[in-house]
Amino acid sequence: MSKEREFLWRRLHSLLGVIPVGLFLAFHLSLNFTAVGGEQAYNDATGMMDKVPPALLLIIEWVVIYIPLMFHAFYGVYIAFTATLNNKRFSTFRNWMFTLQRVTGVFLVVFIAWHIFQTRIQKALGAEVEFNMIADIVANPVMLGFYIAGILAATFHLANGLWAFLVSWGITQSPRSQQIMTYVTAIVFVILSIVGVAAILAFV
Amino acid sequence: MPTTANTGRMVKIEILRQDTEGGQSRTEKFSIPYRHGMNVISALMEIQKNPVTEDGKKTTPVAWDMNCLEEVCGACSMVINGRPRQSCSALIDQLTEPIRLEPMKTFPVVRDLQVDRSRMFNALKKVKAWVPIDGTYDLGEGPRMPERKRQWAYELSKCMTCGVCMEACPNVSEKASFIGPAPLSQVRLFNTHPTGAMNKDERLAQIMGDGGLANCGNSQNCVEACPKGIPLTTSIASLNRAATVQMFKNFFGSDHMVD
Ligand code: HEM
Ligand code: SF4
Ligand code: FES
Repeated sequence: MSKEREFLWRRLHSLLGVIPVGLFLAFHLSLNFTAVGGEQAYNDATGMMDKVPPALLLIIEWVVIYIPLMFHAFYGVYIAFTATLNNKRFSTFRNWMFTLQRVTGVFLVVFIAWHIFQTRIQKALGAEVEFNMIADIVANPVMLGFYIAGILAATFHLANGLWAFLVSWGITQSPRSQQIMTYVTAIVFVILSIVGVAAILAFV
Repeated sequence: MPTTANTGRMVKIEILRQDTEGGQSRTEKFSIPYRHGMNVISALMEIQKNPVTEDGKKTTPVAWDMNCLEEVCGACSMVINGRPRQSCSALIDQLTEPIRLEPMKTFPVVRDLQVDRSRMFNALKKVKAWVPIDGTYDLGEGPRMPERKRQWAYELSKCMTCGVCMEACPNVSEKASFIGPAPLSQVRLFNTHPTGAMNKDERLAQIMGDGGLANCGNSQNCVEACPKGIPLTTSIASLNRAATVQMFKNFFGSDHMVD
Protein backbone atom coordinates (compact mmCIF):
# COMPACT_ATOMS: atom_id res chain seq x y z
CA MET A 1 0.00 0.00 0.00
CA SER A 2 1.54 3.25 -1.11
CA LYS A 3 2.79 5.24 1.83
CA GLU A 4 2.13 8.51 0.02
CA ARG A 5 -1.54 7.64 0.02
CA GLU A 6 -1.58 6.71 3.69
CA PHE A 7 -3.82 9.61 4.64
CA LEU A 8 -6.47 8.61 2.10
CA TRP A 9 -6.28 4.93 3.06
CA ARG A 10 -6.69 5.79 6.72
CA ARG A 11 -9.64 8.06 6.03
CA LEU A 12 -11.17 5.35 3.86
CA HIS A 13 -10.65 2.83 6.66
CA SER A 14 -12.41 5.17 9.06
CA LEU A 15 -15.28 5.88 6.68
CA LEU A 16 -15.86 2.24 5.75
CA GLY A 17 -16.00 1.31 9.44
CA VAL A 18 -19.18 3.38 9.71
CA ILE A 19 -20.50 3.31 6.14
CA PRO A 20 -21.28 0.62 5.15
CA VAL A 21 -19.84 -1.84 7.71
CA GLY A 22 -21.26 -0.15 10.81
CA LEU A 23 -24.63 0.41 9.20
CA PHE A 24 -24.70 -3.20 8.07
CA LEU A 25 -23.96 -4.39 11.61
CA ALA A 26 -26.84 -2.35 13.01
CA PHE A 27 -29.13 -3.71 10.29
CA HIS A 28 -27.90 -7.28 10.76
CA LEU A 29 -28.46 -7.26 14.53
CA SER A 30 -31.90 -5.66 14.10
CA LEU A 31 -32.94 -8.31 11.59
CA ASN A 32 -31.76 -11.05 13.96
CA PHE A 33 -33.77 -9.39 16.72
CA THR A 34 -36.95 -10.55 14.98
CA ALA A 35 -36.08 -14.00 16.40
CA VAL A 36 -37.29 -12.66 19.76
CA GLY A 37 -40.78 -12.85 18.22
CA GLY A 38 -40.33 -16.57 17.57
CA GLU A 39 -39.21 -18.92 14.82
CA GLN A 40 -41.92 -17.86 12.38
CA ALA A 41 -41.24 -14.17 12.74
CA TYR A 42 -37.53 -14.71 12.12
CA ASN A 43 -38.01 -16.94 9.11
CA ASP A 44 -40.51 -14.48 7.63
CA ALA A 45 -38.11 -11.56 8.12
CA THR A 46 -35.06 -13.31 6.69
CA GLY A 47 -37.21 -14.81 3.96
CA MET A 48 -37.59 -11.28 2.58
CA MET A 49 -33.98 -11.62 1.44
CA ASP A 50 -34.95 -14.47 -0.85
CA LYS A 51 -37.20 -12.08 -2.76
CA VAL A 52 -34.12 -10.22 -3.97
CA PRO A 53 -32.82 -11.74 -7.24
CA PRO A 54 -29.81 -13.94 -6.31
CA ALA A 55 -27.40 -12.21 -8.71
CA LEU A 56 -28.32 -8.80 -7.33
CA LEU A 57 -28.04 -10.06 -3.78
CA LEU A 58 -24.57 -11.37 -4.53
CA ILE A 59 -23.46 -8.00 -5.93
CA ILE A 60 -24.91 -6.19 -2.93
CA GLU A 61 -23.18 -8.61 -0.58
CA TRP A 62 -19.78 -8.02 -2.18
CA VAL A 63 -20.10 -4.26 -2.59
CA VAL A 64 -21.76 -3.48 0.74
CA ILE A 65 -20.24 -6.13 2.97
CA TYR A 66 -17.31 -8.26 1.84
CA ILE A 67 -15.09 -5.75 0.07
CA PRO A 68 -15.44 -2.89 2.60
CA LEU A 69 -15.21 -5.31 5.51
CA MET A 70 -12.12 -7.04 4.15
CA PHE A 71 -10.41 -3.72 3.49
CA HIS A 72 -11.28 -2.44 6.96
CA ALA A 73 -10.35 -5.72 8.63
CA PHE A 74 -7.00 -6.33 6.91
CA TYR A 75 -5.85 -2.74 7.14
CA GLY A 76 -7.17 -2.77 10.72
CA VAL A 77 -4.95 -5.73 11.58
CA TYR A 78 -1.97 -3.81 10.21
CA ILE A 79 -2.93 -0.74 12.29
CA ALA A 80 -3.47 -2.87 15.38
CA PHE A 81 -0.09 -4.51 15.16
CA THR A 82 1.84 -1.30 14.59
CA ALA A 83 0.69 -0.07 18.00
CA THR A 84 2.75 -0.62 21.15
CA LEU A 85 0.19 -1.01 23.91
CA ASN A 86 1.11 0.71 27.19
CA ASN A 87 -1.88 0.45 29.49
CA LYS A 88 0.27 -0.55 32.42
CA ARG A 89 1.97 2.84 32.35
CA PHE A 90 -1.04 4.85 31.17
CA SER A 91 -4.17 3.29 32.54
CA THR A 92 -6.55 6.06 31.52
CA PHE A 93 -10.02 5.38 30.17
CA ARG A 94 -9.16 6.51 26.64
CA ASN A 95 -6.02 4.42 26.49
CA TRP A 96 -8.07 1.36 27.49
CA MET A 97 -10.56 2.19 24.74
CA PHE A 98 -7.62 2.41 22.33
CA THR A 99 -6.46 -1.06 23.35
CA LEU A 100 -9.95 -2.57 23.35
CA GLN A 101 -10.59 -1.16 19.86
CA ARG A 102 -7.59 -3.15 18.63
CA VAL A 103 -8.24 -6.28 20.67
CA THR A 104 -11.90 -6.47 19.62
CA GLY A 105 -10.86 -5.80 16.01
CA VAL A 106 -8.42 -8.70 15.93
CA PHE A 107 -10.93 -10.97 17.70
CA LEU A 108 -13.58 -9.95 15.15
CA VAL A 109 -11.42 -11.17 12.28
CA VAL A 110 -11.51 -14.65 13.81
CA PHE A 111 -15.15 -14.45 14.80
CA ILE A 112 -16.43 -13.05 11.50
CA ALA A 113 -14.42 -15.61 9.49
CA TRP A 114 -15.93 -18.42 11.54
CA HIS A 115 -19.41 -16.92 11.43
CA ILE A 116 -19.29 -16.55 7.63
CA PHE A 117 -18.03 -20.12 7.34
CA GLN A 118 -20.88 -21.44 9.49
CA THR A 119 -23.63 -19.52 7.72
CA ARG A 120 -22.89 -17.94 4.33
CA ILE A 121 -20.50 -20.62 3.09
CA GLN A 122 -22.84 -23.38 4.24
CA LYS A 123 -25.60 -21.60 2.33
CA ALA A 124 -23.40 -21.56 -0.78
CA LEU A 125 -22.86 -25.28 -0.23
CA GLY A 126 -26.59 -25.83 -0.26
CA ALA A 127 -27.69 -25.47 3.36
CA GLU A 128 -30.74 -23.33 4.10
CA VAL A 129 -30.24 -20.31 6.33
CA GLU A 130 -33.17 -20.32 8.70
CA PHE A 131 -34.01 -20.36 12.40
CA ASN A 132 -32.95 -23.94 13.04
CA MET A 133 -29.55 -23.47 11.47
CA ILE A 134 -28.64 -20.89 14.12
CA ALA A 135 -30.47 -22.80 16.84
CA ASP A 136 -28.32 -25.85 16.06
CA ILE A 137 -25.15 -23.77 16.27
CA VAL A 138 -25.92 -22.18 19.63
CA ALA A 139 -27.22 -25.44 21.12
CA ASN A 140 -23.54 -25.94 21.88
CA PRO A 141 -22.82 -23.78 24.95
CA VAL A 142 -19.25 -23.10 23.79
CA MET A 143 -20.58 -21.74 20.49
CA LEU A 144 -23.19 -19.67 22.33
CA GLY A 145 -20.41 -18.14 24.43
CA PHE A 146 -18.34 -17.52 21.30
CA TYR A 147 -21.27 -15.83 19.57
CA ILE A 148 -22.07 -13.62 22.56
CA ALA A 149 -18.41 -12.61 22.75
CA GLY A 150 -18.44 -11.88 19.02
CA ILE A 151 -21.60 -9.77 19.25
CA LEU A 152 -20.29 -7.76 22.19
CA ALA A 153 -16.93 -7.27 20.50
CA ALA A 154 -18.69 -5.99 17.39
CA THR A 155 -21.04 -3.63 19.24
CA PHE A 156 -18.19 -2.27 21.33
CA HIS A 157 -15.98 -1.86 18.29
CA LEU A 158 -18.69 -0.02 16.40
CA ALA A 159 -19.70 2.24 19.30
CA ASN A 160 -16.15 3.19 20.22
CA GLY A 161 -15.34 3.39 16.52
CA LEU A 162 -18.09 5.97 16.10
CA TRP A 163 -16.44 8.04 18.80
CA ALA A 164 -13.09 7.76 17.02
CA PHE A 165 -14.69 8.51 13.66
CA LEU A 166 -16.04 11.81 14.98
CA VAL A 167 -12.54 12.80 16.08
CA SER A 168 -10.82 11.47 12.95
CA TRP A 169 -12.92 13.67 10.71
CA GLY A 170 -12.60 16.68 13.00
CA ILE A 171 -16.26 16.78 14.01
CA THR A 172 -15.70 16.61 17.78
CA GLN A 173 -12.79 18.86 18.70
CA SER A 174 -13.30 20.29 22.15
CA PRO A 175 -12.68 18.03 25.17
CA ARG A 176 -16.28 18.71 26.18
CA SER A 177 -17.80 17.56 22.91
CA GLN A 178 -15.58 14.48 23.01
CA GLN A 179 -16.72 13.75 26.55
CA ILE A 180 -20.39 14.05 25.61
CA MET A 181 -19.84 11.70 22.66
CA THR A 182 -18.26 9.22 25.07
CA TYR A 183 -21.62 9.08 26.88
CA VAL A 184 -23.63 8.99 23.65
CA THR A 185 -21.56 6.16 22.18
CA ALA A 186 -21.75 4.29 25.49
CA ILE A 187 -25.54 4.36 25.11
CA VAL A 188 -25.19 3.15 21.52
CA PHE A 189 -23.06 0.29 22.83
CA VAL A 190 -25.63 -0.68 25.45
CA ILE A 191 -28.60 -0.56 23.07
CA LEU A 192 -26.87 -2.49 20.27
CA SER A 193 -25.61 -5.05 22.79
CA ILE A 194 -29.10 -5.63 24.18
CA VAL A 195 -30.50 -6.05 20.67
CA GLY A 196 -27.69 -8.37 19.64
CA VAL A 197 -27.56 -10.55 22.74
CA ALA A 198 -31.34 -10.78 23.07
CA ALA A 199 -31.41 -11.95 19.45
CA ILE A 200 -28.89 -14.75 19.90
CA LEU A 201 -30.53 -15.88 23.16
CA ALA A 202 -33.82 -16.19 21.28
CA PHE A 203 -32.31 -19.14 19.40
CA VAL A 204 -31.47 -21.08 22.56
CA MET B 1 16.11 24.25 57.74
CA PRO B 2 19.26 22.21 57.18
CA THR B 3 19.70 21.76 53.47
CA THR B 4 22.85 19.73 53.26
CA ALA B 5 22.96 17.96 56.61
CA ASN B 6 23.41 14.24 56.34
CA THR B 7 20.24 12.73 57.71
CA GLY B 8 21.57 9.20 57.44
CA ARG B 9 18.69 8.34 55.14
CA MET B 10 19.57 6.58 51.92
CA VAL B 11 17.69 6.82 48.63
CA LYS B 12 17.35 3.69 46.51
CA ILE B 13 17.58 4.12 42.77
CA GLU B 14 17.41 1.55 39.97
CA ILE B 15 18.70 2.56 36.57
CA LEU B 16 18.26 0.77 33.28
CA ARG B 17 21.67 1.16 31.68
CA GLN B 18 23.10 0.57 28.26
CA ASP B 19 26.69 1.24 27.17
CA THR B 20 26.30 1.61 23.44
CA GLU B 21 23.57 2.44 20.94
CA GLY B 22 21.59 -0.71 20.25
CA GLY B 23 23.64 -2.57 22.88
CA GLN B 24 22.54 -4.85 25.72
CA SER B 25 20.74 -3.23 28.64
CA ARG B 26 21.06 -4.06 32.33
CA THR B 27 19.66 -2.73 35.59
CA GLU B 28 22.04 -1.32 38.20
CA LYS B 29 20.96 -0.47 41.72
CA PHE B 30 22.32 2.43 43.72
CA SER B 31 21.87 3.69 47.23
CA ILE B 32 22.81 7.30 47.79
CA PRO B 33 22.67 9.67 50.79
CA TYR B 34 19.51 11.74 50.98
CA ARG B 35 19.66 15.50 50.96
CA HIS B 36 16.76 17.85 51.54
CA GLY B 37 15.10 19.08 48.34
CA MET B 38 16.92 16.57 46.16
CA ASN B 39 15.71 15.89 42.63
CA VAL B 40 16.52 13.08 40.23
CA ILE B 41 19.33 15.10 38.62
CA SER B 42 21.06 15.79 41.92
CA ALA B 43 20.73 12.10 42.72
CA LEU B 44 22.37 11.26 39.39
CA MET B 45 25.15 13.74 40.20
CA GLU B 46 25.65 11.95 43.48
CA ILE B 47 26.15 8.71 41.56
CA GLN B 48 28.52 10.48 39.19
CA LYS B 49 30.66 11.54 42.17
CA ASN B 50 30.82 8.00 43.46
CA PRO B 51 29.87 5.45 40.79
CA VAL B 52 29.49 2.45 43.06
CA THR B 53 26.43 0.18 43.02
CA GLU B 54 24.38 -0.77 46.05
CA ASP B 55 26.42 -3.92 46.60
CA GLY B 56 29.73 -2.10 46.41
CA LYS B 57 30.72 -2.82 42.81
CA LYS B 58 32.54 -0.08 40.98
CA THR B 59 30.81 0.99 37.78
CA THR B 60 30.89 3.76 35.19
CA PRO B 61 29.10 7.06 35.88
CA VAL B 62 25.58 7.13 34.50
CA ALA B 63 25.11 9.25 31.38
CA TRP B 64 22.11 11.57 31.01
CA ASP B 65 21.23 14.83 29.31
CA MET B 66 20.34 18.12 30.95
CA ASN B 67 20.49 21.78 30.25
CA CYS B 68 18.18 24.40 31.75
CA LEU B 69 17.37 22.64 35.05
CA GLU B 70 14.04 24.46 35.19
CA GLU B 71 11.76 22.39 32.97
CA VAL B 72 11.94 24.56 29.89
CA CYS B 73 14.46 22.88 27.60
CA GLY B 74 13.18 19.31 27.64
CA ALA B 75 16.63 17.73 27.41
CA CYS B 76 16.49 15.84 30.70
CA SER B 77 13.36 13.78 29.95
CA MET B 78 13.39 10.14 31.01
CA VAL B 79 11.00 7.51 32.29
CA ILE B 80 10.75 7.87 36.06
CA ASN B 81 8.79 5.18 37.87
CA GLY B 82 7.08 4.31 34.61
CA ARG B 83 6.11 7.85 33.64
CA PRO B 84 8.01 9.92 31.09
CA ARG B 85 8.84 13.33 32.58
CA GLN B 86 11.64 15.81 33.23
CA SER B 87 14.22 14.62 35.75
CA CYS B 88 15.12 18.19 36.77
CA SER B 89 11.63 18.78 38.16
CA ALA B 90 11.16 15.29 39.64
CA LEU B 91 11.61 15.67 43.38
CA ILE B 92 12.89 12.66 45.31
CA ASP B 93 10.46 13.45 48.16
CA GLN B 94 7.53 12.93 45.80
CA LEU B 95 8.67 9.61 44.33
CA THR B 96 8.14 6.13 45.69
CA GLU B 97 11.32 4.14 46.24
CA PRO B 98 13.11 2.38 44.75
CA ILE B 99 13.04 5.05 42.07
CA ARG B 100 13.33 3.43 38.68
CA LEU B 101 14.94 5.42 35.89
CA GLU B 102 14.75 4.29 32.28
CA PRO B 103 15.52 6.02 28.99
CA MET B 104 12.60 7.00 26.73
CA LYS B 105 12.87 3.92 24.55
CA THR B 106 10.59 5.27 21.85
CA PHE B 107 13.77 7.08 20.72
CA PRO B 108 17.11 5.43 19.93
CA VAL B 109 19.05 5.13 23.21
CA VAL B 110 22.51 6.67 22.87
CA ARG B 111 23.78 5.61 26.26
CA ASP B 112 22.12 4.95 29.63
CA LEU B 113 19.47 7.65 30.01
CA GLN B 114 20.51 9.63 26.93
CA VAL B 115 18.28 9.36 23.92
CA ASP B 116 18.48 10.74 20.41
CA ARG B 117 15.45 12.96 19.80
CA SER B 118 16.43 13.80 16.19
CA ARG B 119 13.30 12.13 14.98
CA MET B 120 11.23 14.89 16.53
CA PHE B 121 13.45 17.70 15.22
CA ASN B 122 13.36 16.19 11.75
CA ALA B 123 9.57 16.08 11.98
CA LEU B 124 9.51 19.78 12.85
CA LYS B 125 11.59 20.49 9.75
CA LYS B 126 9.38 18.31 7.65
CA VAL B 127 6.19 20.12 8.69
CA LYS B 128 7.88 23.54 8.30
CA ALA B 129 7.26 24.51 11.91
CA TRP B 130 8.30 28.11 11.45
CA VAL B 131 7.05 31.35 9.95
CA PRO B 132 8.87 32.01 6.66
CA ILE B 133 9.69 35.71 6.42
CA ASP B 134 12.95 35.71 4.49
CA GLY B 135 12.76 37.47 1.16
CA THR B 136 15.00 39.50 -1.11
CA TYR B 137 13.38 42.69 0.13
CA ASP B 138 11.71 43.93 3.30
CA LEU B 139 8.28 42.33 3.42
CA GLY B 140 7.04 44.88 5.92
CA GLU B 141 4.76 44.21 8.83
CA GLY B 142 2.61 41.13 8.86
CA PRO B 143 -1.10 41.08 9.69
CA ARG B 144 -2.01 41.53 13.34
CA MET B 145 -2.98 38.58 15.48
CA PRO B 146 -6.22 38.89 17.45
CA GLU B 147 -5.38 38.97 21.15
CA ARG B 148 -7.71 36.12 22.09
CA LYS B 149 -6.12 33.94 19.45
CA ARG B 150 -2.67 34.87 20.66
CA GLN B 151 -3.59 33.73 24.13
CA TRP B 152 -4.40 30.16 23.21
CA ALA B 153 -1.69 29.99 20.57
CA TYR B 154 0.75 30.91 23.32
CA GLU B 155 -0.19 27.70 25.12
CA LEU B 156 0.83 25.71 22.04
CA SER B 157 4.09 27.62 21.78
CA LYS B 158 5.18 26.33 25.19
CA CYS B 159 6.28 23.02 23.62
CA MET B 160 9.92 22.29 24.47
CA THR B 161 10.25 19.19 22.22
CA CYS B 162 10.92 17.14 25.32
CA GLY B 163 9.54 13.98 23.71
CA VAL B 164 7.36 12.96 26.64
CA CYS B 165 4.21 12.86 24.51
CA MET B 166 6.08 10.76 21.94
CA GLU B 167 7.09 8.26 24.62
CA ALA B 168 3.51 8.14 25.90
CA CYS B 169 1.96 7.56 22.46
CA PRO B 170 1.32 3.89 21.60
CA ASN B 171 1.53 4.69 17.89
CA VAL B 172 4.97 6.34 18.02
CA SER B 173 7.70 3.73 17.89
CA GLU B 174 10.53 2.34 15.82
CA LYS B 175 8.06 0.09 14.02
CA ALA B 176 5.76 2.93 12.94
CA SER B 177 6.44 6.08 10.91
CA PHE B 178 4.07 8.34 12.89
CA ILE B 179 5.64 11.76 13.51
CA GLY B 180 3.79 12.03 16.83
CA PRO B 181 1.71 14.60 18.72
CA ALA B 182 4.24 17.41 19.33
CA PRO B 183 5.06 18.22 15.68
CA LEU B 184 1.35 18.04 14.82
CA SER B 185 0.44 20.56 17.46
CA GLN B 186 3.17 22.84 16.08
CA VAL B 187 1.44 22.72 12.70
CA ARG B 188 -1.68 24.04 14.37
CA LEU B 189 0.37 26.76 16.06
CA PHE B 190 2.03 27.96 12.84
CA ASN B 191 -1.16 27.64 10.82
CA THR B 192 -2.81 29.88 13.39
CA HIS B 193 -0.15 32.57 13.17
CA PRO B 194 -1.40 35.22 10.68
CA THR B 195 1.84 35.18 8.67
CA GLY B 196 2.41 31.45 9.16
CA ALA B 197 -1.09 30.82 7.81
CA MET B 198 0.09 32.05 4.41
CA ASN B 199 1.72 28.63 4.00
CA LYS B 200 -0.85 26.56 5.84
CA ASP B 201 -1.61 24.35 2.83
CA GLU B 202 2.07 23.33 2.66
CA ARG B 203 2.08 22.22 6.28
CA LEU B 204 -1.22 20.42 5.87
CA ALA B 205 0.14 18.65 2.79
CA GLN B 206 3.05 17.41 4.89
CA ILE B 207 0.91 16.03 7.69
CA MET B 208 -1.45 14.49 5.14
CA GLY B 209 1.51 12.43 3.89
CA ASP B 210 3.44 9.44 5.15
CA GLY B 211 3.52 9.06 8.93
CA GLY B 212 1.23 12.03 9.35
CA LEU B 213 -1.94 13.07 11.09
CA ALA B 214 -4.03 10.02 10.17
CA ASN B 215 -1.77 7.77 12.26
CA CYS B 216 -3.30 9.13 15.47
CA GLY B 217 -5.35 6.42 17.16
CA ASN B 218 -6.86 8.60 19.90
CA SER B 219 -5.35 6.97 22.96
CA GLN B 220 -5.04 10.54 24.28
CA ASN B 221 -2.00 9.63 26.38
CA CYS B 222 -0.11 12.63 24.99
CA VAL B 223 -2.38 15.19 26.56
CA GLU B 224 -2.19 13.32 29.89
CA ALA B 225 1.59 13.26 29.80
CA CYS B 226 2.56 16.69 28.48
CA PRO B 227 4.29 18.63 31.30
CA LYS B 228 3.29 21.92 29.71
CA GLY B 229 -0.41 21.11 29.61
CA ILE B 230 -0.57 21.58 25.84
CA PRO B 231 -4.02 20.60 24.49
CA LEU B 232 -2.52 18.10 22.05
CA THR B 233 -5.70 16.14 21.39
CA THR B 234 -7.64 19.31 20.67
CA SER B 235 -4.89 20.31 18.26
CA ILE B 236 -5.08 16.94 16.54
CA ALA B 237 -8.87 17.03 16.24
CA SER B 238 -8.67 20.58 14.93
CA LEU B 239 -6.09 19.53 12.33
CA ASN B 240 -8.32 16.60 11.42
CA ARG B 241 -11.03 19.07 10.51
CA ALA B 242 -8.60 21.26 8.58
CA ALA B 243 -7.34 18.16 6.75
CA THR B 244 -10.87 17.10 5.89
CA VAL B 245 -11.52 20.50 4.33
CA GLN B 246 -8.13 20.50 2.59
CA MET B 247 -8.80 17.02 1.20
CA PHE B 248 -11.95 18.26 -0.53
CA LYS B 249 -10.21 21.47 -1.65
CA ASN B 250 -7.39 19.48 -3.22
CA PHE B 251 -9.84 17.41 -5.18
CA PHE B 252 -12.65 19.80 -6.02
CA GLY B 253 -10.91 23.14 -5.72
CA SER B 254 -9.90 25.16 -8.76
CA ASP B 255 -6.30 25.39 -7.54
CA HIS B 256 -4.21 24.47 -4.55
CA MET B 257 -3.85 27.93 -3.11
CA VAL B 258 -4.11 28.69 0.57
CA ASP B 259 -7.68 29.91 0.63
C1 HEM C 1 -18.02 -5.61 12.81
C2 HEM C 1 -17.25 -5.09 11.94
C3 HEM C 1 -16.52 -3.79 12.16
C4 HEM C 1 -17.06 -2.54 12.32
C5 HEM C 1 -18.51 -2.18 12.33
C6 HEM C 1 -15.96 -1.63 12.49
C7 HEM C 1 -16.08 -0.26 12.69
C8 HEM C 1 -15.05 0.60 12.97
C9 HEM C 1 -15.17 2.01 13.11
C10 HEM C 1 -16.43 2.81 12.97
C11 HEM C 1 -13.93 2.49 13.40
C12 HEM C 1 -13.56 3.94 13.67
C13 HEM C 1 -12.76 4.53 12.57
C14 HEM C 1 -11.92 5.69 13.02
O1 HEM C 1 -11.04 5.53 13.85
O2 HEM C 1 -12.14 6.79 12.51
C15 HEM C 1 -13.05 1.39 13.46
C16 HEM C 1 -11.73 1.50 13.77
C17 HEM C 1 -10.86 0.45 13.79
N1 HEM C 1 -11.13 -0.84 13.38
FE1 HEM C 1 -12.95 -1.58 12.89
N2 HEM C 1 -14.79 -2.31 12.45
C18 HEM C 1 -15.10 -3.64 12.25
C19 HEM C 1 -14.22 -4.67 12.11
C20 HEM C 1 -12.86 -4.57 12.33
C21 HEM C 1 -11.95 -5.64 12.20
C22 HEM C 1 -12.29 -7.07 11.81
C23 HEM C 1 -10.71 -5.14 12.49
C24 HEM C 1 -9.44 -5.92 12.47
C25 HEM C 1 -8.47 -5.79 13.31
C26 HEM C 1 -10.86 -3.74 12.82
C27 HEM C 1 -9.83 -2.88 13.23
C28 HEM C 1 -9.98 -1.56 13.53
C29 HEM C 1 -8.93 -0.73 14.06
C30 HEM C 1 -7.50 -1.13 14.39
C31 HEM C 1 -9.49 0.54 14.23
C32 HEM C 1 -8.81 1.77 14.80
C33 HEM C 1 -8.29 2.66 13.74
C34 HEM C 1 -7.65 3.87 14.34
O3 HEM C 1 -8.05 4.31 15.41
O4 HEM C 1 -6.72 4.40 13.72
N3 HEM C 1 -12.18 -3.42 12.70
N4 HEM C 1 -13.74 0.24 13.18
S1 SF4 D 1 3.87 18.68 23.40
FE1 SF4 D 1 4.36 18.62 25.63
S2 SF4 D 1 5.08 16.52 25.97
FE2 SF4 D 1 5.14 16.85 23.76
S3 SF4 D 1 7.22 17.50 23.31
FE3 SF4 D 1 6.02 19.39 23.60
S4 SF4 D 1 6.21 19.87 25.78
FE4 SF4 D 1 6.93 17.76 25.54
S1 FES E 1 17.08 20.24 32.20
FE1 FES E 1 15.82 21.44 30.89
S2 FES E 1 13.90 20.53 31.24
FE2 FES E 1 15.12 19.51 32.68
